[in-house]
Amino acid sequence: MNQKQAAPAAPVTDRARRMSLLARATRQELAACLEAGPKMADVHPVRGPQTGLVMIRGRIGGGGNAFNLGEATVTRASIRLASGVIGHGQRLGTDQEATRLSAILDALAEEGDEAGLCRTLLQAIERRLAEEAGQRDAETQATRVDFFTLVRGDD
Amino acid sequence: MYVAVKGGEAAIANAHQLLADRRRGARSIPALTVAQIGEQLGLAVDRVMAEASLYDRALAALSIKQARGDMIEAIFLLRAYRTTLPRFGYSDPVDTGAMEIERRISATYKDLPGGQLLGPTFDYTHRLLDPSLLEDAAVAAPVRRECGGEAVGRVSDILGDEGLIEPDSREPLDKVPGDITREPMDFPLSRDERLQALARGDEGFLLALAYSTQRGYARTHPFAGEIRIGLVEVEIELPELGFSVSLGEIRVTECQSVNQFKGSATEPPQFTRGYGLVFGQSERKAMAMALVDRALRAEEFGEDIVAPAQDEEFVIAHSDNVQATGFVEHLKLPHYVDFQAELDLVRRMRAEQQDPSTASREAAE
Repeated sequence: MNQKQAAPAAPVTDRARRMSLLARATRQELAACLEAGPKMADVHPVRGPQTGLVMIRGRIGGGGNAFNLGEATVTRASIRLASGVIGHGQRLGTDQEATRLSAILDALAEEGDEAGLCRTLLQAIERRLAEEAGQRDAETQATRVDFFTLVRGDD
Repeated sequence: MYVAVKGGEAAIANAHQLLADRRRGARSIPALTVAQIGEQLGLAVDRVMAEASLYDRALAALSIKQARGDMIEAIFLLRAYRTTLPRFGYSDPVDTGAMEIERRISATYKDLPGGQLLGPTFDYTHRLLDPSLLEDAAVAAPVRRECGGEAVGRVSDILGDEGLIEPDSREPLDKVPGDITREPMDFPLSRDERLQALARGDEGFLLALAYSTQRGYARTHPFAGEIRIGLVEVEIELPELGFSVSLGEIRVTECQSVNQFKGSATEPPQFTRGYGLVFGQSERKAMAMALVDRALRAEEFGEDIVAPAQDEEFVIAHSDNVQATGFVEHLKLPHYVDFQAELDLVRRMRAEQQDPSTASREAAE
């Protein structure tokens, strides 16, 4: 059976959800969002952006003990705003600029996001992801086999 | 006498320039873009990622282009690239039960929760060449069927609920898996180490071994209990935050084979299992991996080890195509000194054989 992590505390969930969505944002989405906001003169890099590897694990039989499946490229970045608030960004792949921008948005949200920049962006990303997933699912469902029983010829 | 020499720099430089020219091909034909490879040769990209053991679609596409479509060369390039990067850590195990399904079929149950979802498959095509692909003809958008997504249950759970199949694994869930990229392989391996090696193993080699088990070289009588392809979320715990965050999704193929049963004094007869999990859409590889995984569990089940597919050291030590190609292909590098020595030896042996005095002396001895 699948192991489920214990449910984390609420504020952690919020940040985890935000960082997960930012990891899926395109560079264009992130850049457009930040352009609309105040000038970002005071962004200090704390770490990275840096590209490295994460070893992805699976579970034997789907739910047994873990094994190492193979690695993936991952890029991460941490930045500090003038206020001292630190933001983290991380995503699969090698896009360092997108990762840096997502770290800035993470920090802005941690600061309180008074302009609502991050909130609006997260909603937009969530909507896009849901639409894309819905479309993929509908395409897959169209390939579902509907079995029917043949009528016997012998009465 | 052999004298060490050096040379060939100009020849090598010119050969590489020639390679670049041949890779580009006729300049009248537009150059292939990496994006085109990623979009239109996606299964080649998947294979390179799986056997290079590095998930990165863009880099895998680049390696295919650079390798002129030579898959093992492309795998080699990507493997070499991964050695240049630092290791950040290990992900939480992916949850294939929560997969966003793109294809799911079972050969053991016709009706099962979630249904048989064919997805983008070559199955049931007629394998006739399609001349319409000679042109850039418009392709119709896929049909959609909107329906409330029914949960796609696992076949192993259906059988497991009745106790008719062995559990997912027999080890504790929190066992830390071995990592063959960090520690040298020491036979016998644990099953988790074996699966890591098989996941990066050569598709052709595993396919042939799996086939051999079906033809009678280690019979395990498999059913394709379930094959599922789709997207799974990759999460990693960030120590600085103290919780797991998502990095994004990867596409994987999972195969659960259901194999012939085994009972013992303490356990009632039940089905046994093999497991395959592979990066990308790679059904053939995942199925072959599951069959070979099961065959390699022979000792665990007290089965006679009579066939190559059951011999762990034989299978695992020869499954990595980068290692294999390195050792086979090194033979083409200059072996002038080795060969001179052997040539000399053969000449001496012939001379001795043809010399009647040595021949009669050997006969006397």
